[in-house]
Amino acid sequence: MHQLLEQLLIGVQIGSIYALIALGYTMVYGVLKLINFAHGDVYMVGAYAGLGAAGVLGTWLPGHTPLHTLLPSPFGAILVLLTAMLLCALLGLIIEQAAYRPLRTRSWIVPSLVIGGASGYVAYGIALNGNRTPASAIAIGVVVWLGIGALLRTTQSRRTVGTPSRLTALITAIGVSLFLENFGLLPQIFSSDQRFIQRSQIVTLPNRVSVLGASVSVQTLLIFGLSLILMALLTYIVTYTRIGKAVRAVSFDADAAALMGINTNTVIAFTFALGAALAGAAGVMVTGLTGTAFTPYVGVLMGLKAFVAAVLGGIGNIPGAVVGGLVMGLAETLVVAYGPSVGIPSTYRDAVAFFLLIVILLVRPAGLFGRLAPEKV
Amino acid sequence: MPIRCASVRFFACLCSAAAFALAVGGCANKTETSGGGRTPSGDTSNTITIGEYGSLTGDKSTFGHSTDNGVKLAIQAINAAGGVSGHTLVVDVEDDAGTPDGASSVVKKIITSSKPTAVIGEVASTLSIQAAPICNAAKVPMISPSSTNPKVTQTGPYVFRVCYIDPFQGTAAAKFASGTLHAKKAAILTDAANDYSIGLTKFFTESFTRGGGQVTIAQNYGKDDVDFTSQLTQIKATNPDVLYVPGYYGQVGPIAKQARAIGLNVPLLGGDGWDSPKLIEGAGGPGAALEGSYFTNHSSMSDPKPTIQKFVSAYKTAYGGQQPDSLAALGYDAVGVLVDAMKRTAAPANGDYASPEYRTKLRDAIAATKSYQGITGTITIGPDRNAVKPAVVLQVHGSEYKYITTVNP
Repeated sequence: MHQLLEQLLIGVQIGSIYALIALGYTMVYGVLKLINFAHGDVYMVGAYAGLGAAGVLGTWLPGHTPLHTLLPSPFGAILVLLTAMLLCALLGLIIEQAAYRPLRTRSWIVPSLVIGGASGYVAYGIALNGNRTPASAIAIGVVVWLGIGALLRTTQSRRTVGTPSRLTALITAIGVSLFLENFGLLPQIFSSDQRFIQRSQIVTLPNRVSVLGASVSVQTLLIFGLSLILMALLTYIVTYTRIGKAVRAVSFDADAAALMGINTNTVIAFTFALGAALAGAAGVMVTGLTGTAFTPYVGVLMGLKAFVAAVLGGIGNIPGAVVGGLVMGLAETLVVAYGPSVGIPSTYRDAVAFFLLIVILLVRPAGLFGRLAPEKV
Repeated sequence: MPIRCASVRFFACLCSAAAFALAVGGCANKTETSGGGRTPSGDTSNTITIGEYGSLTGDKSTFGHSTDNGVKLAIQAINAAGGVSGHTLVVDVEDDAGTPDGASSVVKKIITSSKPTAVIGEVASTLSIQAAPICNAAKVPMISPSSTNPKVTQTGPYVFRVCYIDPFQGTAAAKFASGTLHAKKAAILTDAANDYSIGLTKFFTESFTRGGGQVTIAQNYGKDDVDFTSQLTQIKATNPDVLYVPGYYGQVGPIAKQARAIGLNVPLLGGDGWDSPKLIEGAGGPGAALEGSYFTNHSSMSDPKPTIQKFVSAYKTAYGGQQPDSLAALGYDAVGVLVDAMKRTAAPANGDYASPEYRTKLRDAIAATKSYQGITGTITIGPDRNAVKPAVVLQVHGSEYKYITTVNP
């Protein structure tokens, strides 16, 4: 019995991470009807941002500053978490501005800066590898940057503005995802080496504490607790703040919201930033507390499962994403723990999760909490 | 004038495309070589090309880098001593990124484009199993420095290795668990997608149960898994004396950390897949989760034997004070065995070291290797093309691997 309880807690821990990421999928889908496949990679960037923040706070600062004593301490750990969330929110904003906004409007400045800059940087790296002098490599990089910028400006100015087709947006999302992974693989960015966040360098914690007579793993409690706090915060923002109300209005009917004077572009940008911050928090919590290794591909499977969780709960529905995540986490854990005794190998954990999705979609095509809306014509 | 404006922009785009093509072209011309410092496809009159494939990037990157460092150190030493009958050795290294597809494609590329005399690689058995049939079909001798799964050399007559195989390694671990650790109950956590891990699990289980021990539970994990607490909780419930984790270092560290977090405090036992400078980092640093755990390995770098200490100091000088691991020593020995066989093979009359006749003769010479004195011990290639060697057991101690005992075949 005690063991079952422990397994259920592990399931809740894994599930609350899925839920945090699924919230980003579901909110973006709500306002934009777009499946943002790059969201899993924001989780990955969150892990690296946490590593970077821990590095800055822990080792780079000179010894005499008061900041040096920040790590390891709970305050420092929260600072690391907030830094990573902030960086991911920024990344969410940049992704929206550089990749998705140009599909809806004629913006070209941010895309030129970001896409052109990244391409220029890659060209610079290639030139440098090709044994060119640094000066000529920089020149090549700048030429590529300006060239792509000019290309974007030309193509954007000729475009007619309107709602992009669903397919265009989806392909763009997959493109952004592949870009983040492969850009991260560059040796000068994250490289393909495995990285770890050392928990002992961030915060000193006991491994287990006793709660109501049962011994519980601290990482489980922390991940679940922090996820709950973040979800409560999200609920508050969406329910009670002006911008949250605007998000719900846009989600309900974007055109009508625009007619009522809501700036839909601001709302969409805000939604991206909010979702990305949650995914970043998930990235730091998992890698920092459970100590797992991460590479630029770590977000792929995580993102996919969180997406399934969002669909399972009914995409576009915020409580649905949380429930979907928890269902996924519990199903997976129970398969690993008790599957082998009934003949299901524990390596089927992912297969079972996806099987669950198929079953639920057969019974309730809109997901657990989703409502089937007739397509507007 | 919109038309003119657009054409100016179009010209700018063309320019940038041209610059990009130029940059890419510059990259394609670059070939990774060392030793002779020549491109392998160029002058063949006084160089001998050896192909090497390894995981220089990806989740097993320290395996590839250690082996590559060992191979290059051996080649430098041989070239400094005059090379092979006046010919300089050149190595063409390709990165397979630790993926099976990568391994087969880079080996095909090495064989067709740089025409090597022989090929060295891989560390991970799964990857060697992918590439071995390609080398065997092309009749290019392949020497795996450290793939221990039996299937690797069963591929065919052209595939060799300079290390022991898993039936022995798994048995050695089981002997150590019951003999030295006095363990009666062992639990196993296997990487279910990894030939190496599955093989070790099988041989450990056989030997451990034959010796009167009991395997309380066998759990699996997948290549992309990051959370092992669920399996570990099941394992903990069976109260084992030792936990056997025959996986690779990238996942072993987190497994150890998560085992301690759920209160499973028995020693962990592993295989040579643990041998990496990153193992301890993954387990939370020196003195953390893996402290006091054991693994079977090919050789101990803290062995006072002069051959090993000479290798350690040469390696440290060449690679800025870095401590070598067994995989580096095996890379060194793989080149050593190859060159030893070359010296026993008559030089080709037409000077073509990549001709089918020469490769066949070289294969026979490698198969006839007897008592070659390598860094990792005396290497004799047996009838099934495997080396017969003892295993050592090391213990994680701070940031060092302490020598505990030797298990003989």
